[in-house]
Amino acid sequence: MKATLAIQRGALDETPRTESFEVAFEHGQSVLDGLRALRREADPSLAFRFSCINANACKECMMLIDGKVDYACTVRLKEGVTTLAPLPKKALIRDLVTEIAPPDERLWPRP
Amino acid sequence: MTTAGNNDAAAAPTHIETDVLVIGAGGAGMYAALEAAGAGAAVILADRSLIGRGGATVMAQMTVAAALGEQTPDHWEHHLSDTLAAGRGLCDERLAALLCEDGPRRLREMDDWKVGWAREDGRIKQAQAPGHDRPRCAYVDFLSTGPAVSRTLRSQLNAANGVRRIGELMIVDIAIRDGEACGATALHMPTGHAVTLAAKAVIIATGGLTGLYRRNSASSNMGGDGYALALRAGAELIDMEFVQFFPIGHLAPRLVGMDPIMWDPFRYKLGGKLLNAEMREFEQDYATRDNRSDGRYVLTRDLATYAITKEVEAGRGSPAGGAYLSFQHLPEAEIRSAFGPVVDRLAANGIDLAKHPVEVAPIAHYHMGGVRVDEALQARVPGLYACGEAVGGANGANRLSGNAITEAFVFGARAGRNAARYALQSSTLWSPQAADPALDLLRSAQRRDAPNLAAVVAELKALMADMVGPFRTEEKLRSALEAIERLKTEIGDIPFSSAAAFDPVLVDWLDLRNMLLVAQSVTVPALARTESRGAHQREDHPGLDDTWCVNQLVALSRGKIELNRSAPATRRAAA
Repeated sequence: MKATLAIQRGALDETPRTESFEVAFEHGQSVLDGLRALRREADPSLAFRFSCINANACKECMMLIDGKVDYACTVRLKEGVTTLAPLPKKALIRDLVTEIAPPDERLWPRP
Repeated sequence: MTTAGNNDAAAAPTHIETDVLVIGAGGAGMYAALEAAGAGAAVILADRSLIGRGGATVMAQMTVAAALGEQTPDHWEHHLSDTLAAGRGLCDERLAALLCEDGPRRLREMDDWKVGWAREDGRIKQAQAPGHDRPRCAYVDFLSTGPAVSRTLRSQLNAANGVRRIGELMIVDIAIRDGEACGATALHMPTGHAVTLAAKAVIIATGGLTGLYRRNSASSNMGGDGYALALRAGAELIDMEFVQFFPIGHLAPRLVGMDPIMWDPFRYKLGGKLLNAEMREFEQDYATRDNRSDGRYVLTRDLATYAITKEVEAGRGSPAGGAYLSFQHLPEAEIRSAFGPVVDRLAANGIDLAKHPVEVAPIAHYHMGGVRVDEALQARVPGLYACGEAVGGANGANRLSGNAITEAFVFGARAGRNAARYALQSSTLWSPQAADPALDLLRSAQRRDAPNLAAVVAELKALMADMVGPFRTEEKLRSALEAIERLKTEIGDIPFSSAAAFDPVLVDWLDLRNMLLVAQSVTVPALARTESRGAHQREDHPGLDDTWCVNQLVALSRGKIELNRSAPATRRAAA
């Protein structure tokens, strides 16, 4: 099976662009599995956060998946197009990475 | 503490000063920060992930061992005997005794902080895990031990004075001046900016190295970076060849949203049968090798790993290459009463335990080895401490179930307190030159996209799993060393980069710099140890060899791995 991931790319100071990637998957695999495979097979510069990979314990991989805020580690890959974008209400850092650290846990607390 | 600089990437590095720098904000690092601050030190708690979200602790769905004596009378000396027996002659008895003696105090402190240990009739419930002589393992229902521990320590940190938490900060190297630790150099991941940190004491709390293996139960940031930091700082590592494989890691069907090691608590509570492809129980076939079986849970981790691997090799594995784990002998109601909402999470993954077995296989889970420290948790480098899984020695050749979170608490607290005491008696040794080598390294980064470093990381993990996994031979280990050298040449000495902000290519390069060094630090002593003991099994050297009842020490000497031996530390020698 093949999934198409249409991913919003770019840093804060760039015009956002959408890039589409095709990724092969097996039944049950997660969007995060697909993103990690994309880095190995297509574009290692793709930025997204994750830590625990599987357990839905770290909550770092939150992003906009088909327009809905969700975890990349629990949403399954599907055939056809899945759109991925950074969280809309958080400051963008790059690609799918936004500023989600609590302000008092950042190097430079921002207002 | 002062902060200079801003997020202008062209500016000079941001510089921060503190008394104690704690690297890694899992259970051990958070405990260390709390105790160091409690002792009056200014503390920076840095993590490359978000604070309290990365590392192993948050992933732990399992149990925490301590001689609380809540279910049956117990004494920490009994816990120590079990720990030493599991360690198969290689434990540092001083560290093991510390773990067992301080454990109950820390579990009760966590109880006061409302971690929520599961209770029965008002008493903390203690399960009996393999290798323990009595029920000793506390937990938080349902499968929530790690998240509850992380949440509890995070709220203590929120309320504590004197701890500055900085997430998304990847430590590149520890700064050394005249042979002593004086701070560190770091990469601020969101901006790509370099940061220098002056500290009178530095604590490595970066966890283990299971991220070096293809299948593991670790967070993404557990590639062993703390071991590489320690080696380059001049510290020794001990017992690096002992990587614990968890025998029944989830294999199939694909399970998301849950920790792959979650089947162990199911077995504690419900039994659960391990079956081969013939749907026949096989643990008893291997049980005679182990005289510490407790009846209900037949094999300790190293023997269960061996049993499953041998069944697969004999052509009796499950379709995905492991064993079946079945709960079909149990009524559905019993499964639900034991695991409540978890049953629904399994159903969302298409798993119905009353109807079908799952497939399980060994998975890299924990590393017994680590930074060699004294009883104060100090490395041979003055001012450099380690705690948690990053420490080697306490668990010898094989760790007892339930000791990992206990050691995070106990060693974290002690390293924090001792580092604070050391820092408060010292004046700063910091000089900007101590950060120069790491700053020069970061400045030399070049935009490159070949080879794909994410693929190189995957290649290294496959290599470690296939050649330096639970069952080893001279041939496999030699081929691993050659491959590691080849990968070192491929990535070279100049960091790759792809962007300024949140650059995963630069992070992969810095990770590989560490991972390849740590992979060597595991493989070299594994090749030298021509016997089988605990988690180190040599197919070409089966069985214990009494002359190998020694620890192997790894150090860096002019950039090359140097291997030494020493007799395991005893409590008498420490007195």
